[in-house]
Amino acid sequence: MNAVAQATTQAPPDTGDHAGSTRKTWQAVGLALTAVGLLQFALALARVPIGRGWFALLLFLGPVSLGSTLYYAARYHGTTPGIKNNSTVTGALGSLGVVAFGLGVLLTGFYILLYWYPKGIAGATALSDPLSRVLRGAPADQYFLYSFLYTVAVVLFGVRFIYRYRHNRYQIVRTFSVMFCQLGLAFLVPSFLRLLGQKEHYFTYFWPLSYNNLFPNSITGLWADGHAFTIFIVFWSFVISLVAVPILTYFVGKRWYCSWVCGCGGLAETAGDSFRHKSSKTLRAWRFERWSIHLVLVFIVVTTALLWLNLFWGGAILGKASFHFARIYGFGVGMVLAGVVGVGFYPLLGNRVWCRFFCPQAALLGIFQRFLSRFRITTNGGQCMSCGNCSKYCEMGIDVRSYAQRGDNIVRASCVGCGICAAVCPRGVLKLENGQTHADRFDGAAKPLAEMMKSLKS
Amino acid sequence: MRVVIIGNGVAGFSAALALRRRDPKAEIVMVSGESDYPFSRPALMYIFMGHMRTEDTRPYEDWVWQKNRIERVRAWVTGVDTKARRVELDHGSPLAYDKLVLALGSTHNKFGWPGQDLEGVQGFVTLGDLETLERSMAGLQRAVIVGGGLIGLELAEMLHSRHVPVTMLVRESCYWNNVLPDEEAKMVGEVIRAEGIDLRLESELKEIVDGGSGRAVAVVTGDGERIDCGVVGLTAGVRPNLSAVEGSDIPTGRGVEVDFSFRSAAEDVYAIGDCAELVTPEGERNVIEQLWYTGKMHAEVLADVMTGTDRTYDRGIWYNSAKFVDLEFHTYGRVTAGGGGPPVREGEQSVFWAHNRGRHSLRIAHVEGRVVGFNSLGLRLRQEVCQRWIAERLDVADVLGRLNEANFDPELYRKHEPEIRGVMKEQLP
Repeated sequence: MNAVAQATTQAPPDTGDHAGSTRKTWQAVGLALTAVGLLQFALALARVPIGRGWFALLLFLGPVSLGSTLYYAARYHGTTPGIKNNSTVTGALGSLGVVAFGLGVLLTGFYILLYWYPKGIAGATALSDPLSRVLRGAPADQYFLYSFLYTVAVVLFGVRFIYRYRHNRYQIVRTFSVMFCQLGLAFLVPSFLRLLGQKEHYFTYFWPLSYNNLFPNSITGLWADGHAFTIFIVFWSFVISLVAVPILTYFVGKRWYCSWVCGCGGLAETAGDSFRHKSSKTLRAWRFERWSIHLVLVFIVVTTALLWLNLFWGGAILGKASFHFARIYGFGVGMVLAGVVGVGFYPLLGNRVWCRFFCPQAALLGIFQRFLSRFRITTNGGQCMSCGNCSKYCEMGIDVRSYAQRGDNIVRASCVGCGICAAVCPRGVLKLENGQTHADRFDGAAKPLAEMMKSLKS
Repeated sequence: MRVVIIGNGVAGFSAALALRRRDPKAEIVMVSGESDYPFSRPALMYIFMGHMRTEDTRPYEDWVWQKNRIERVRAWVTGVDTKARRVELDHGSPLAYDKLVLALGSTHNKFGWPGQDLEGVQGFVTLGDLETLERSMAGLQRAVIVGGGLIGLELAEMLHSRHVPVTMLVRESCYWNNVLPDEEAKMVGEVIRAEGIDLRLESELKEIVDGGSGRAVAVVTGDGERIDCGVVGLTAGVRPNLSAVEGSDIPTGRGVEVDFSFRSAAEDVYAIGDCAELVTPEGERNVIEQLWYTGKMHAEVLADVMTGTDRTYDRGIWYNSAKFVDLEFHTYGRVTAGGGGPPVREGEQSVFWAHNRGRHSLRIAHVEGRVVGFNSLGLRLRQEVCQRWIAERLDVADVLGRLNEANFDPELYRKHEPEIRGVMKEQLP
């Protein structure tokens, strides 16, 4: 034993966290900077921001952007690239604890103020005013503030997402796409249009999500306007909704929109990434989803059709109902479901509550994807060992494992093609891909109409 | 027909479901002392790391068992009486059976090390092992893991994720090179070290030191070095867990001895999964398969056999996959391991490519230029395509020409095929 005692050595330190203390310092600096920016925002809300004009705005935007980027860079630098979901379900945000509920209340509260008591956030609106004047040539209102904050969130959490999945090129390219679509197409372009005296058109939203786009009163209004640009918008609205949606979805699945372009999807994928595992994977949730999302779609399709008929028959069937409809739908679906519930409930029900249960665009794209698309998630033979990571991290609540463990491909209307199931799979079992045809995806896929009838009966 | 299945691991629960699909009337009882509901054993590590909760690792929603009329009994089996056709339990009344399925699973190997039964010394196979480890976490300064297989690395990765320094003692000269060829084994070793895990090769456990209270406080290695630690993980392989059938007249060797239809010599007693020892003709070593998917395949064959279809088990072309920290591994066909061991087949050679950053590699094993197997690291390969090529014994030159058909990497990933072709064509005879 003496020889043993002499040979006793201190085991080497765990080298995984080498330079760990430097990283921790930079993380702390990043957090502190972010806190400074958020404090400025809180002061602005209370109408006592530090400084005025651009100085006040930059005292929010600068520290928040720099601080959060620094924090994520320091956090991921020196760690090996790969899936690191450690403590996701046990952490403060990831579990259903006080922090998650608190954040839910904050977000919900923000949406309530935004839609119904904008005076409550007038201080923050004032903070964004200098930017609004430069970009749009008009003073900020609460919707400019919202759009601004939304874009900041997509971009900054997009940076986080790219660090987190830096080993995965599909995720990197996709995230650049949602960041570009939000910042460029959904924020800067509409602002510039306004600056040029044109209609603030959002090219990333179209009917039926942006239901107004194909309502007769908007179309006739734009047509009457007669400008080349407004005529183009009318044309574009029809083409994108009625031609591009089925064709693009046939070739690549609904992901081209839901997880690459759409702003709601963009926020969900970036700011909502920490909550994707909270979606319910139960059969019950799926049953509810099938009813809820298709009811919203039917509602909007029927109403649009009635409004056009009404126009042709000179107001004989609906009279002024279109105005009331827009108000009811705007309140119920646009504000309550898309905003308050859709984002406010991220920390409780996952980041795709709106997309999964209510979005009529997702419903329409989903019908094409399920029955007439080349897109599928292929299961690699018999390699699945049922661990459940794919289902757990599916933001749309698809029980991916139930297909993978049978060796079946995953073809579901709701899949937005984010690719996270394939990324978290520890055995490389799943691959998102567009095949040569729609017909080889599952038994019966060659006959989309028959399959659709079967699906309606079940 | 009343079927009692002992064990609710993958073999057990797959057998229950496979049987129900073939026989709507059978009475099916599934006994487990470990858990109320079946769960995925390979997912245990993700519970510890906080990727999932225990209930997330269940392959089926809880209502599935009731809907399929599969009765679940939570008890440990203490014995089997084949004469009376009865299973004895640690509590509650014994279970009568017409047919008995043993899906007993595995337990970790112990090789008579001094101190191997101390507190703080454990294997990592069961939900109970996970709970034991969780109890040892408070104030844990270091863990030592003995054995360099997949479970050993899983355990190392788990502890590392919770910031516990880990030392791995591996007997071989490279990590897992009783399975991996030397080049792959070295790559994996580098990945393990890059993660910050203290990997000690050609290093053995001599004894585990008792701190005086019956708890392990250190290990002593073969060269006499003492390493202080609060947990010792024994992961030098697993063996069939035969405790439930000890003292019964069911014949056992290393496992429960069965034929290739999973019948044991005891009447109406079957065994599948990790605990089954498939008896081969004279002169060949009996087969024990300890994989997730072989458990599922056993269950399908067994369900046919039990419902009167004559069938024998054929595993088909070998495949397997694993993940070493962040490095994925796929293998199809059998490829000869490293360490100078005997080749799997006569005349086997291979062509090999590794990316210069050491995170991707591909090996194609061949006999006289005809493909017999694939090993890939950090590169996903399509199972169906690889197995077809192996079955057809396709020429390696053709394999190289069509390599992109086998690519299963996510979209937009860098394509390595041109480089692989260039390197491998040089190596072909």
